[in-house]
Amino acid sequence: MNVAATAPQGFLSPTGVEIAFVLVGLVTLGAAVVTVTTRQLVHAALWLVVALGGLAVEYLLLTAEFIAWVQVLIYVGSIVVLLLFGLMLTRAPIGRSPDADSGNRPVAVAVALAAAAALVWVVVDAFRTQWIDLDQPQGTTDVTGSILFRHWVLPFEALSVLLLAALVGAIVLSRRNATRGTGSPDAGSPDAGSPDAGSRGTGPRGTGSRGADDKEQR
Amino acid sequence: MHLAYPAVLAVLLFCVGLYGVLARRNAILVLMSVELMLNAVNLNLVAFDVWLRDSLHAGQALTLFTIAIAAAEIGIGLAIVLAVYRNRGTSAVDDLRDTAERPGDDTGSGDGNGPDDASGPGGATADEPARTDASQKAEATA
Amino acid sequence: MTTTTLAVLVPLLPFLGAVAGLLLGRTAPGLARPLAVLPALTSLGLAAVVAARQGGDAAVDAATQLTPTGSVPIDLALHIDGFAALAAVLVGLVASCVQIYSTAYLHDDPRYPSYAALVSLFTSAMLLVVYSGDLMVLLVGWEIMGICSYFLVGHYWETPEARAASLKAFLVTKLGDVPFLIGLFALAADAGSFRITRILATVADGGLDHPTLIALLLLAGVAGKSAQFPLHTWLPDAMAGPTPVSALIHAATMVAAGVYFIARLLPVFAASAAALVVLAVMAAVTMAGSALAALAQDDIKRVLAYSTIGQLGYMTGALAVGDRGAAVFHLLAHGAFKALLFLAAGVIIHAAGTNSLAAMSRMKDLRARVPDAYWTMTVALLALAAVPPFSGFFSKEAVLGAAEHTATGHSGTAPGAAGWIVLVAGLVTALLTAAYATRLWLLAFNGRGTEAPDHGRQPVAMTAVLWVLAVPSLAFGVTVGALPDWFDGHKLAPTLTTSVLGTGFALVGALVTYGAWRQTTSLAARVPIGAVAAHRDGDAGLVEAEAIATRTPAYGDVAAAPDPADPGRLLLGPLHRHAAAGFRLDAVYAALFVRPVQAGARLVRFLDREVVETYVRGAGAAPRWLGVAVRRAQTGNVQTYLSALLAGTVVLAVAAVLVATAGA
Repeated sequence: MNVAATAPQGFLSPTGVEIAFVLVGLVTLGAAVVTVTTRQLVHAALWLVVALGGLAVEYLLLTAEFIAWVQVLIYVGSIVVLLLFGLMLTRAPIGRSPDADSGNRPVAVAVALAAAAALVWVVVDAFRTQWIDLDQPQGTTDVTGSILFRHWVLPFEALSVLLLAALVGAIVLSRRNATRGTGSPDAGSPDAGSPDAGSRGTGPRGTGSRGADDKEQR
Repeated sequence: MHLAYPAVLAVLLFCVGLYGVLARRNAILVLMSVELMLNAVNLNLVAFDVWLRDSLHAGQALTLFTIAIAAAEIGIGLAIVLAVYRNRGTSAVDDLRDTAERPGDDTGSGDGNGPDDASGPGGATADEPARTDASQKAEATA
Repeated sequence: MTTTTLAVLVPLLPFLGAVAGLLLGRTAPGLARPLAVLPALTSLGLAAVVAARQGGDAAVDAATQLTPTGSVPIDLALHIDGFAALAAVLVGLVASCVQIYSTAYLHDDPRYPSYAALVSLFTSAMLLVVYSGDLMVLLVGWEIMGICSYFLVGHYWETPEARAASLKAFLVTKLGDVPFLIGLFALAADAGSFRITRILATVADGGLDHPTLIALLLLAGVAGKSAQFPLHTWLPDAMAGPTPVSALIHAATMVAAGVYFIARLLPVFAASAAALVVLAVMAAVTMAGSALAALAQDDIKRVLAYSTIGQLGYMTGALAVGDRGAAVFHLLAHGAFKALLFLAAGVIIHAAGTNSLAAMSRMKDLRARVPDAYWTMTVALLALAAVPPFSGFFSKEAVLGAAEHTATGHSGTAPGAAGWIVLVAGLVTALLTAAYATRLWLLAFNGRGTEAPDHGRQPVAMTAVLWVLAVPSLAFGVTVGALPDWFDGHKLAPTLTTSVLGTGFALVGALVTYGAWRQTTSLAARVPIGAVAAHRDGDAGLVEAEAIATRTPAYGDVAAAPDPADPGRLLLGPLHRHAAAGFRLDAVYAALFVRPVQAGARLVRFLDREVVETYVRGAGAAPRWLGVAVRRAQTGNVQTYLSALLAGTVVLAVAAVLVATAGA
């Protein structure tokens, strides 16, 4: 805690970086809010792109350039695409869906507002005088790369194993679906199509018969 | 730059994500909200890393790890959602209520509903054939 | 062997026999009979040797202390004086006879081994009471007899009468035993010892602080055990047990224990004139009332039971006038002839297949079927009616003589009022006793009507002991000259006045009854009565059990039969109904004790079911409803759970921050 003991400038006289940060932050926040409130599911994914992109800009403003590019590449580039695929595969409705929000919404609002109030209060109370010195870039690709492969090699490798495990897990989960091979999910599990229809305990949703089917297929 | 700006932005993003997790019906939208929360954390990590001028760059390294883990999480999460959707025909979170107690479960839940509970939720039915698949695969390779 | 060793063996042998019988009864049924009979016979022999060695001289005292027991020591003590020696011989004799008799009586009974073992235990307990020189040890025997009587009276526990009778016997005697125990403690506290010799020494020194209180407390226990008014009601009902048990209880053991106990501690009672008067009134009421009741009973064994109560009344009467020699004399004589009466009655019941006198009076030639029982019972009834020269005459005259002695003021110990009460009641009872003895004899052996059933001779084991017991019934009176040496030295020979009065009253009673019987017997043919046991060829125990079981259905009453040919009905007139029911004392008890207890039980039941249970149910229901309420939170919706979780987290975080900042 030896850095930036006191802020050289007050909040009422922002620097240019600060103005940019706040503006982009507002955009990011707005996009995030739209993401979680819109009734159009695909729009939500697209607004998520805006929010994540806004965050990438913020990383840049914080001089963490490598993180910003990784953010763009992985989040905007792959994760959102994955989510869109997910929406597609689950036959998410195109257009406004009236039931995008669950009945838990008032509780969610209350909890989120309470959490926001508490956290903002605490954070502002704790850090309102702290100042970030942005004169020297902290996260250039050069520095980040050398640090990552000099000091963080072991976690990095462990992370690669984790990624491999996730990859295998995702494949296993998906492969089961692929080898099911009975066409549409509704046809494959006729009774599962109506989980609330009261077939619990009485319907032939037994795994035994299904396992038998599997064996016959092989 | 004041540290308060990124910190407050991170807090607000986190709470927006929190709201999304709690309020959205579609499981994929819930996953999106989780991404928002993760990103709020990432922003925090980066901001504090920059503020503290950490010589090890721990905040940025951890951010990278978080991003990687988030990618893995989203992959697994989507696979689970898809499996649930295939089994149940829905990806609405509040429709998956097999662990709820129903009026008929009042007595003897240990006997009458035990096996049923095991095979009831979509996750369980999704897991069980997967296990048989894995074992059969093991037999095939052996 | 020393006299002490022999005396220890006397109660010990039947006890060992009982233990062995209980242990081996199931595995080796063949051993049950020797194990029952031999210890009793050996005890009889040893008791006779002890009596011969003691010979009425100074009492044999021996004591050993097992362990210190606090301020009042309890010793294993023997105190054998003339009373104890002779009473032990009587107990041994009757117990041996009963055991021998039972081998035939309960020949086919599957529960014979346990029965015989309990009889042995009973005998052992009584011998312990007789020989014991320490009141606590005496109490042990006293209580063992109580529990044995419970088991033995309830031997036919299949019948509701036997179950009720055994419970009643146990509870009523226990009702007396509680004050008895308190009295013992009070006595020991005053005397500083449970040893009889020391207590008597204390009494002689006038060291008792509360003689009346102690005497009355002890009297309650004695009244319960010896079936004196008002705690006598268990005894007639105890007839639901097998006949040998009745003989054992009535003749030598249980009921004799109370009288014997007073005889041992007579100085304690004599220290209080009030206690003696109470004892005299108790004796008078007991003997007169029981004689009236005996005249109305139809069950032959109940007649004998009431007669026992009456004869015990004579004994307590003798004690009330301060002559324990007369009391124990009557106890010995009565023990012999009452055992004989019961055992003979058992033979008769077996032969007739019924215990109803009304049914027997409609059987011709019953006496020819059971000649042994007929002759011996005649002897015993004559002894009971105190006809000279049978034993009962001498012993009863000793009692009446002692009463007259006291009434005329020649006794130093007892008040004259007690003497008068006992004398008058004794004379009235002599009349009534002769009346019911005559009635019993006439109805049982002079029946007219159908031929009595014939199923062969009775077993020798049953008839032989009758003759054994007939000897003392007939001839015990000759010892009247020698007995005072064994006892206190009071003269026991009959005096002229009481002899004439007593015998005269007895003759009057017998003649009046005979006259009444002549009047009524012609009615017998018109009203046929008779319910006999189904299994006539079974052993006597089975026949008796069936007779008991069929009695209430057949006659509608356990005590009386609707028989107009009964001379007792003519003699008693309107009193008959009440006398048959024991003067409704049971109803009084029911109103005084049973119903309040039942009402209390109902109240407790109500409190338990409705009040306590409500709290219990509430304790169960409240968490259940709470659970139902909480269960509503288990919606299965993950988002709800997560909302609650995060809301709680926020609350906790805010709380933590507040605490931290407040502290700062």
